[in-house]
Amino acid sequence: MPDPLLTLEGVHTHIGRYHILQGVDFDVPRGSFTVLLGRNGAGKTTTLRTIMGLWKASQGKIRFAGEDVTVRPTPDIAAAGIAYIPENMSVFSGLTVRENLILAARAGKIDSARLEWIFSLFPAMQRFFGAAAGTLSGGQKQMLAIARALIEPRDLILVDEPTKGLAPAIVANMIKAFREVKNAGATVLLVEQNFMAAKMLGDAVAVMDDGRIVHRGAMAELAADHALQHRLLGLHMDAHQ
Amino acid sequence: MLARILSGDRPRSPILTATLLVILFALAFAPFLFSGAQPLNVAAKICVFILLVASYDLLLGYTGIVSFAHTMFFGIGGYGAAIALSRLGPSWSALALGILIAIAVAGALALVIGLFSLRVRAIFFAMITLAVATAFLVLASQLSGFTGGEDGLNYSVPEVLRPSFRLFEQPIVGTAVNGRVVTYYIVFLAALAGFLLLLRVVNSPFGSVLQAIRENEFRAEALGYPVVVYRSIASVVSAMMAALAGVLLALWLRYTGPDTTLSFSIMIDVLLMVVIGGMGTLYGAAIGATLMIIAENYLPALMGKLGAAAAGIPLVSSFLSADRWLLWLGILFILSVYFFPTGIVGKLRTHWQERRNGTAKKRNGARTGEAV
Repeated sequence: MPDPLLTLEGVHTHIGRYHILQGVDFDVPRGSFTVLLGRNGAGKTTTLRTIMGLWKASQGKIRFAGEDVTVRPTPDIAAAGIAYIPENMSVFSGLTVRENLILAARAGKIDSARLEWIFSLFPAMQRFFGAAAGTLSGGQKQMLAIARALIEPRDLILVDEPTKGLAPAIVANMIKAFREVKNAGATVLLVEQNFMAAKMLGDAVAVMDDGRIVHRGAMAELAADHALQHRLLGLHMDAHQ
Repeated sequence: MLARILSGDRPRSPILTATLLVILFALAFAPFLFSGAQPLNVAAKICVFILLVASYDLLLGYTGIVSFAHTMFFGIGGYGAAIALSRLGPSWSALALGILIAIAVAGALALVIGLFSLRVRAIFFAMITLAVATAFLVLASQLSGFTGGEDGLNYSVPEVLRPSFRLFEQPIVGTAVNGRVVTYYIVFLAALAGFLLLLRVVNSPFGSVLQAIRENEFRAEALGYPVVVYRSIASVVSAMMAALAGVLLALWLRYTGPDTTLSFSIMIDVLLMVVIGGMGTLYGAAIGATLMIIAENYLPALMGKLGAAAAGIPLVSSFLSADRWLLWLGILFILSVYFFPTGIVGKLRTHWQERRNGTAKKRNGARTGEAV
């Protein structure tokens, strides 16, 4: 088992008077594609936002590459090498696609070889590279949101439900792109509701319920155990055929 | 070359381009195009307010910060030049010292306000700036030994800027190039330089970060940009530019008082100019400032003429009376917000974009038809 790049130990998060994360423990091995599953409201998005420091953990420890990042400000966490792709096609609509990408490149300019690689993942992006991000379709916005996280090498990429609300053809394209990212050796923590997509991409899996991790293991084991899927996720046989 | 001067930010609408060229031409040649003191006074005020409104748009339109302290920085600029010239005498060195101190004080104050207040929610920041600006206004009125109090300060300017000075013996195109004309060109060129500098700022990578923060500050933070630092820098740049605009007004009027620089009505005017012109478009500052200042200066006279023409009609004549000009200005503002919710510049750009898209669609449709 590779050493963990990210470790969460007993992480609690309060938002106002709500106690959302209630002792989250799991780790993301270096070079792995870990999927965080769970029903709506289980605390998956809160986990990603807590890792990024957008909501502060009220208790517990978050270690990234051996360093405690629990109380670090968000920009410092991003600068340490974590990229975050929030849900809902999060692009800056007033800026062009190119400006969105430059914004994510910490050097202030885009590496041409990296851009070519992104174009190979999303060939359609070449067509709308100069367009305002606000004028793009949902699928195009999601491509841009992912491209922004890939525009330079990052140690860890956090992805929140990238396939949500997208047409099946675009989801297939998205899965293909993530496979390429995985093959390139990136470490990814993916929150996903689409079990088919999760199954195709994940090496490891953690399942959340009511703000806690209720299952950890290899994705292959969960994919093969339909009874476990039914118990943890409420999935029936026909849901993932 | 032109694209470089405009930092790649073209007007993106033929009507807007033509309007901006007309404004630029009229301001560049105002002393030679219009006779009398009032038109030159209006042109100088337009130059000053274009810079002031553009600097406020950097805050409101590009960064999403609502501040009511902008006229305070405008006032700091005005009082900086006024106090230096009245205390140290009408020399260039006194003026330069006044400008440097005013701009430095404005920048430092904006930094302090920003670092202490930009972490709080937008409405609280707006309230803090309102409180600071009100305190500054009271201070300027009370410290009469230093600021001239309610009466303000009258002072002399360097000899080259006085009306008695003649740059050339003979008039040029029928206009005597005196110290007022020299002052006007200093105001015009400084305002133009400041505007182009702001255009450079908003179209730089720094400007992109500001726009990203305006859209979603959490997302910008997650990309690694410390929001408070960027907002504070934007506040400092904006305050320094407002102070420069204050210096220019002080040079032009040779008088600085609370009513000309610090009053809340100026803050409201600046807000209206940004909204009418179009937030988040510096060209909107030029359009908004020009329209508002022309309306403020010429609407009363126009209303007077219309009122006199309609003297026989009972209700209409009283509505068209010169005293009612503020009512008509209000109506014009409501109409402009109703018909141009994204401001005049936003509307013109959208209209042109839609027209181009429509033409492209038609062309594509015709091609499809040919292929079939």
